[in-house]
Amino acid sequence: MAPVATPFFFYVLSGIMLIGGILVITRKNPVHSAVALILTLLAQASIYLMLYAPFVAGVQIILYAGGIMVLFLFVIMLVSIDRSIRERQFNSQRVVGIIAATALGGLFIAVYTKGKDIFPDHVLPIVENDNTQKIATMLYGQYMFAFEIASLLLLVAIIGAVVMAKKRI
Amino acid sequence: MGQIIQYIESYLSSDKTPGAAGNMFWVLVYIMLVFTGLSVAVIAMNWLERKILAHMQVRLGPMRVGPHGLLQPIADAIKLLLKEDIMPAEADGLIFWVAPFVVVLAAFTVFVVVPFGPTHAITDMNIGILFMLGVSSLSVLGIVMAGWASNSHYPLIGALRSSAQMVSYEVAMGLAVVSAILMTSLNATGTGTLSMIGIVQAQQAQGEWFIFKFFPLGLIAFFIFAVAMVAETNRAPFDLAEAESELTAGFHTEYSGFRWSLFFLAEYSAMIAVSSIAVTLWLGGWLRPFPNLLSGSTWDLTFSLIPGVTFLFFAAMCFYNTVRMPKHPLFRIQTIGLAGFGVVLGLIGLLLFVPAVSVRVQDIFWFASKVAGFMYLYIWYRGTFPRYRFDQLMQMGWKVLLPMGLGVLILTAGVALLQEKIWHP
Repeated sequence: MAPVATPFFFYVLSGIMLIGGILVITRKNPVHSAVALILTLLAQASIYLMLYAPFVAGVQIILYAGGIMVLFLFVIMLVSIDRSIRERQFNSQRVVGIIAATALGGLFIAVYTKGKDIFPDHVLPIVENDNTQKIATMLYGQYMFAFEIASLLLLVAIIGAVVMAKKRI
Repeated sequence: MGQIIQYIESYLSSDKTPGAAGNMFWVLVYIMLVFTGLSVAVIAMNWLERKILAHMQVRLGPMRVGPHGLLQPIADAIKLLLKEDIMPAEADGLIFWVAPFVVVLAAFTVFVVVPFGPTHAITDMNIGILFMLGVSSLSVLGIVMAGWASNSHYPLIGALRSSAQMVSYEVAMGLAVVSAILMTSLNATGTGTLSMIGIVQAQQAQGEWFIFKFFPLGLIAFFIFAVAMVAETNRAPFDLAEAESELTAGFHTEYSGFRWSLFFLAEYSAMIAVSSIAVTLWLGGWLRPFPNLLSGSTWDLTFSLIPGVTFLFFAAMCFYNTVRMPKHPLFRIQTIGLAGFGVVLGLIGLLLFVPAVSVRVQDIFWFASKVAGFMYLYIWYRGTFPRYRFDQLMQMGWKVLLPMGLGVLILTAGVALLQEKIWHP
């Protein structure tokens, strides 16, 4: 199906993402921050869907929104909220902050004004119908080695977590 | 005007889902139909669960409101809607308010891709099953939020238990699903699919439901899923999150009235959702039973009559019980009501005998009746099994189901490779 009202959905979704991102750092209550982060991640998944990357969107929902954020909330819920609310929220590193903000803002403005020259202006062919199959053949064909290395890294991390968490093995 | 009618009619002869055909009108109609159908199913399930559970425990169950308690769910709904909506004073207002909606949204959104038939799905996604698993895993967030926002001990413990349980069983469930998806790739082109419709079509093309494929591997994967899905929906015997003897009502202890009924709605529609995943992946989705053994046009005709016959049977049961109703004047309205219900069922049954209707609808009937089988199993489990202890639950998830799932996955891959390379090169 051809995309409908693409700019509208893009602006709405990125607006949600921006508001969510701001709420994450401004809320004092960590649970509220986590919920705002979930909102941001879901809006991001929708933007992946708009970019004809349904597999990435699905994985984003499962891993980030459904997996990692649950663990986040899990930990935050057990932390005393009263104490964390009384803590100082921002450390006033004004100089570093201003430098980083100007650099990032400059980059954004540069991309916005000169983006047409830097990035080639062509529309990707719609690969939605076999997106997952393409990713699979790429991961298990061309990039097999990198994929296996990544899985090995994750395995090491899992074993490390078990070793650290358990007193007696 | 003519254009509008043409636009509406343009879908009717299509062999695609309305989402794939890009017809907004029919998408909206299908969403309405699925939503209504689900709500009716939840209401029916509410009544059936009480009735069946009661009969298993040699009780009568609801008998007062309507004939055989048929109107009990409606009475309950009215009661819940009219109840006072209480929010604990120390609760976190916003999150307490949002949590039920998150759970309901997660439970209902998954039905976007559920294939009730080759054309009877709202849409068909390339990532269908992934979407279903992902969105249904979002309901954990709602449960955790509800438990935390209540700012009370029992809900918090219930939410912790529930989320630990759902996160653990998701792993075993995912492995079982992967081994079924692996089977979809065993066709001529050699590419599998995640689309829900594609999975059923793969079973049709291979002439075998995946539960019987590579016996007993498909059966074991199905068993793992069938256990994990009960844990995933927090139902007995894995209902530790709302164990009433320990935690009053678990994560929704502090909820009342309409918000509580949202949790109730979400629980039952999540049960229907996971059952329809199981039906799609292993039990051939909308396909009729015995496609190989009893094939041919005669059997096709016979099976196409079954939906109508089933409804006529229900109607006959209604009439039988109408006759058996007490002859007291106080029961007159109930008797008339039951007879009316029987007439409605009978008319639906007769409508299903019309060939044009039956061709269009029988796939929905088979899908729904398979899901109904799972719903009955849920009630049966609740009536039969005692509740697990939490450590037993975790042990079962991580030390039994997870290794079994890994083993089945590896064996399935091995057998598939053998079949591709050696037996049928």
